[in-house]
Amino acid sequence: MEGRRMQRVPGAVMEVSAESTAALLRELVAHLRENRTQLREEWVRRIAESKLLAAMTREEIFAEATSVYDNYVAVLESGSVEALQAYARDLSERIIPRGVETHEVVGIVLLLRDVLARSLFKKYQSDFGLLNRVLDAYEPAANRIANTVAVSFVQERERIIRQQQEAIRELSTPVLQVRERLLILPIIGVIDPQRARQVTEQLLRGIRANRAKVVVIDITGVPAVDSTVANHLVQTVDASRLMGATVIVTGLSSEIAQTLVTIGVDLSKMKTVGDLQGGIEEAERLLGYKVMMEQTADKLP
Amino acid sequence: MRVPILKQGGYLIASIQSALSDQDLLQLRDDLAERAGRFRSRGIIIDVTVLDIMDSFACRTLRSIAYILRLRGAETAIVGIQPEVAFAMVQLGLALGEVQTALDLEEGLALLNQRTQLGNAGEK
Amino acid sequence: MVTLVKSEVRVPINSGADILTARLAGRQLASDVGFNNSDLTVIATAISEVARNIVQYARKGEIILGVVQDGNKRGLRVEARDDGPGIPNIELAMQDGYSTGGGLGLGLPGTRRLMDELQVDSKMGRGTTVVATKWIR
Repeated sequence: MEGRRMQRVPGAVMEVSAESTAALLRELVAHLRENRTQLREEWVRRIAESKLLAAMTREEIFAEATSVYDNYVAVLESGSVEALQAYARDLSERIIPRGVETHEVVGIVLLLRDVLARSLFKKYQSDFGLLNRVLDAYEPAANRIANTVAVSFVQERERIIRQQQEAIRELSTPVLQVRERLLILPIIGVIDPQRARQVTEQLLRGIRANRAKVVVIDITGVPAVDSTVANHLVQTVDASRLMGATVIVTGLSSEIAQTLVTIGVDLSKMKTVGDLQGGIEEAERLLGYKVMMEQTADKLP
Repeated sequence: MRVPILKQGGYLIASIQSALSDQDLLQLRDDLAERAGRFRSRGIIIDVTVLDIMDSFACRTLRSIAYILRLRGAETAIVGIQPEVAFAMVQLGLALGEVQTALDLEEGLALLNQRTQLGNAGEK
Repeated sequence: MVTLVKSEVRVPINSGADILTARLAGRQLASDVGFNNSDLTVIATAISEVARNIVQYARKGEIILGVVQDGNKRGLRVEARDDGPGIPNIELAMQDGYSTGGGLGLGLPGTRRLMDELQVDSKMGRGTTVVATKWIR
């Protein structure tokens, strides 16, 4: 991430010791604290001008600006970014749901960097040598801050996106409890390895939560049943059995089953039944339920 | 960390309390074999609810425990394998073979009752 | 390009007892990285397997755990290093069902299924290094 290179005033290059850098930082931190109110206001004004953080109200921007300003100066003083990282993650967690985007966060931090830099220019402009040394002390620290905030924001954003995706995937493959101790898992659509993993994990948690003894997995709605899908199924069956549950797979036509066995997939541990209804009846039989035969109305041709 | 073993009628219940070292597992094997012989137990339950993982050593050892106990006339049931553990096990390719598994202690006892045909909770 | 994010955690493996230490350290580090519960178990299992190989075949070695980054994705790298006899035939060892120790062999194919990447480097008489990485999805 590149920051705009600050204009450098030509002047004599002097030897700078670590102590003098530290002393300079202390001095400029003091200056930034003294002028906190007016610098912060100028920053907020420039944020509004640039139309960043449009999703937030002026009061909210002001409140966050205060925290960011104070954190910024604190990092300049201590050199430690840990507190800043923690604050940046916290801030990100709050503003991401509001729709604030990465370029906005980067933008406001760079604006602050520039507002403070200009303030330093004004203060030290009468002594170019000193100004150079002050900038030498300020510049790397300020860039590190901008980088830290941006990276924290992006990581937090990615974490939230992952969480949302996980939630969506869970919703799209519900594990249904239709009777006591019986779970039904209808799988619909294409199964990529990631979804397969997520579905299996969800089922296993469901077995524990519902104390299921029998699980019926229906794959009628899976368009392509190849060896990869079959192996995921075998893994799911094995894992369910480790938790004491019996698995019945329905919707696996005998032709496909035949093909899979020929390829070398071991289907022997799987109970398979043609259709879902048949699978449920088999499950109920295993659970010892009396199967209730209902009188059905004449089916229309 | 020695695994506590409770006697419940004709059954023994070994309740694992924390992550086990290899030594602890082998100790468990010896303790169960000794006790099963002494009490002429018909069924053994090993509760692994608390185990954070099941690796190849644990798997082998549990299978050998079941084998030894069967030689002494006792059926074994492993109960409480957690979803994440079961998942990792099948990915690693581990199998418990003929060793029975059940969801929890209650299911394990029901299973043993069935298999040892003792009826009410293993009372002799 | 894969880079190491912070300094590594090293766990010496001198006996069976160290296997537990290694996997607890791995679980903790993986948790810091942000892996979910299921992945924590998977990673701990993989560490247990490779640490166990060290104990069984080389008697001592080291597990090195590191947080890595490649572009936007973060992950955990597990390195199992030993100065043992080495693996005579890596290809064979990577096949399911191969075993010399009377058990599940080196568990390398299984470990590869648990993790996202696995590399084995071994020289007869000079030792083995197994590097496995799992990325946050």
